[in-house]
Amino acid sequence: MSDVAHAEPVIGQAATRRLTAPRLLKSAGFRFGVIYAALFGISAAALAAFLWWSTAGLLERQTVAAIDTDSDAMVTVFLAGGVGGVREAIRDRVTGNIDDDAVYLLVDQHYRPVEGNLNAWPQHLPMDEDWGELKLDRAGVPALMQVHYFDMPGDYHMLIGRDVAVRSQLGRLMTGALIWAAAIALVLGSVGAWAVRGLFRATIADVSATAMAVSAGDLSRRVTVAGADDEFDLLAETINDMLDRITRLMDGVSQVSNAIAHDLRTPITRARARLEDAATHAGTAEVLKAAIERGIADLDGIVGIFQALLRISEIEAGARRSAFAPIDLGPVLSDLVELYDAVAEERGLRLVADIATPLPAFGDRDMIQQAVANLLDNALKFSPDGGEIHLSAHESAGRLVIRVTDQGPGMPEEDMKRATERFFRGETARNTPGSGLGLSLVQAVAQLHGGDIELSDAHPGLDALLTLGLRPASAARPALLAAALRAKPQPASRS
Amino acid sequence: MRILVVEDDKDVAGFVVKGLREAGHVVEHTGNGRDGLFMAASENFDAIVLDRMLPGGVDGLRLLETLRGQNNHTPVMFLSAMAQVDDRVKGLKAGGDDYMTKPFAFAELLARVEALTRRGKGDAPTTKLVAADLEMDLLSRSVKRGGQKIDLQPREFRLLEFLMRHAGQVVTRTMLLEGVWDYHFDPQTNVIDVHVSRLRQKVDKPFPQALIHTVRNAGYMLRAEEV
Repeated sequence: MSDVAHAEPVIGQAATRRLTAPRLLKSAGFRFGVIYAALFGISAAALAAFLWWSTAGLLERQTVAAIDTDSDAMVTVFLAGGVGGVREAIRDRVTGNIDDDAVYLLVDQHYRPVEGNLNAWPQHLPMDEDWGELKLDRAGVPALMQVHYFDMPGDYHMLIGRDVAVRSQLGRLMTGALIWAAAIALVLGSVGAWAVRGLFRATIADVSATAMAVSAGDLSRRVTVAGADDEFDLLAETINDMLDRITRLMDGVSQVSNAIAHDLRTPITRARARLEDAATHAGTAEVLKAAIERGIADLDGIVGIFQALLRISEIEAGARRSAFAPIDLGPVLSDLVELYDAVAEERGLRLVADIATPLPAFGDRDMIQQAVANLLDNALKFSPDGGEIHLSAHESAGRLVIRVTDQGPGMPEEDMKRATERFFRGETARNTPGSGLGLSLVQAVAQLHGGDIELSDAHPGLDALLTLGLRPASAARPALLAAALRAKPQPASRS
Repeated sequence: MRILVVEDDKDVAGFVVKGLREAGHVVEHTGNGRDGLFMAASENFDAIVLDRMLPGGVDGLRLLETLRGQNNHTPVMFLSAMAQVDDRVKGLKAGGDDYMTKPFAFAELLARVEALTRRGKGDAPTTKLVAADLEMDLLSRSVKRGGQKIDLQPREFRLLEFLMRHAGQVVTRTMLLEGVWDYHFDPQTNVIDVHVSRLRQKVDKPFPQALIHTVRNAGYMLRAEEV
């Protein structure tokens, strides 16, 4: 027992989601932040490298190229004019060098100076390389030289150098600037990473808070839609749609259980009373038989209600959506009109149909048939003798509109709102046969087809407007979302 | 007719068996799937009434699939509490010829079982249907009674055709709705009665002998002789 008691606070702590070190590493927000910082750092480093290469690097490459050209020229001069020619060339160069940024030195095989503006061959030049840097003291001013030394024909050695003080100065300047830049980049990167992580968490926080509230039982919570019409809004809308649907299904389930608890009790009570009455009071076999037959009829009625309920939940569950197919509703509706026309005629009613042909739709033929049949059933049931019933069907603004109008007593405003609830029966309908499930089924069918059923006053009579989507509506949004996500593969691109 | 009933609920099975025997059929019954499969495969039946959920390791669907796998085409009617559209589709896909959901009215069951056996036999395409002095030519789509031509609307023609194909058998309203209109729901109004009565106006009214009879608590029957 005590173990359990100790374990509780630990679980509680984990649930508060404080970001301890291992948690921080697991946090997707942190990861996005780090990725952001890394990308930022790499970009900054690449920029710095390029700057270096195109300034200090360029100077160095120019110096090397100049020395190279000079060296080649000296060798050429030697081959043409011998030592004398080279000495003359060196003298020309030294006197022509106004900036005084060049050194030349020609030595013999014993490294004794022959010609040049340098007093002696530098001591510490490593002989295995032929390029090097040399610190010199020239007229009291320290200078840094880039030098090239090489063997000349006839055992002479040559050294040519250029002052690179400017370059090293620039290098120092650049290094300082880049260190500062790196520091700034680090700060900016960290702040940016923090901001990205915060943005990410803020976006996720609402979704996760909503999801937690929903899983805790509060089905009324919804994710806030920022109105930016971006991927996150699409996601939020999709989640909200899902929650709406779950809520509707839950409502449906509780309505059905309420219905079973209350509304089915009435016919069952009636059937039971009749049978018990017959069992105790029936005098003759005929009376008993008649009572049993009525009992069976009552039970059939109850079974009918059950089947209607199950059918509605079956439709609402959307399991039949896989059976959706393109259909031409023209002949389907004409057949229904033909079926009901005979009944209308029998009752002295006129059934007037105005059906567009062809009337392409996408859905479940049986369901639409049943929905329209229910509307016609209702219209026939409530029409006064000699009345007219209108059925029209056409496509309008990308939707299928089926309208059934009768000239019956109609429905009070407040009843219209509740008419599609299961078992709801308006005051005027109390005396007619029916279970109060007909319009619930129509609504379920309409919603499965991405449409709706709307009732209004036809002055006199009732106007039932059934709209159906030409494509299943729920298929549209995920496709849209998927397309949006494909277009921008990085969720973090929002920052 | 020899009918096999595979149904594990004793009350339902007893009721069905008794009813079918009273209707003049020879009925065998078993309460589990394994025995049902054995009997269906080894003996000759005109029709099988099959429950879907059965004890014995072989359920109705498996039984039927195995049977059809052995090229046995005995007409099978499912009688099941599994009432969803998907269940129905599954049953018919597995090779079932008809699907009834529980609870059911016996009259409906009897009518459908008797219609099944007729369906099984009618392989050869018929061009002419005859009942007493009523003649239907399926090729020219014309109907005559006592040599006198009767004008029918296309739907009335199909309604009469259905009744004539099942002459001498009870045809329920649901069967007409499914067979003639291809509707799988129950309209609340008495649409079928109205259509049958219209047909009667044309086919029976002008003649001394009525052919289309109402069978109480069940449906209709087209038959020649007066009862």
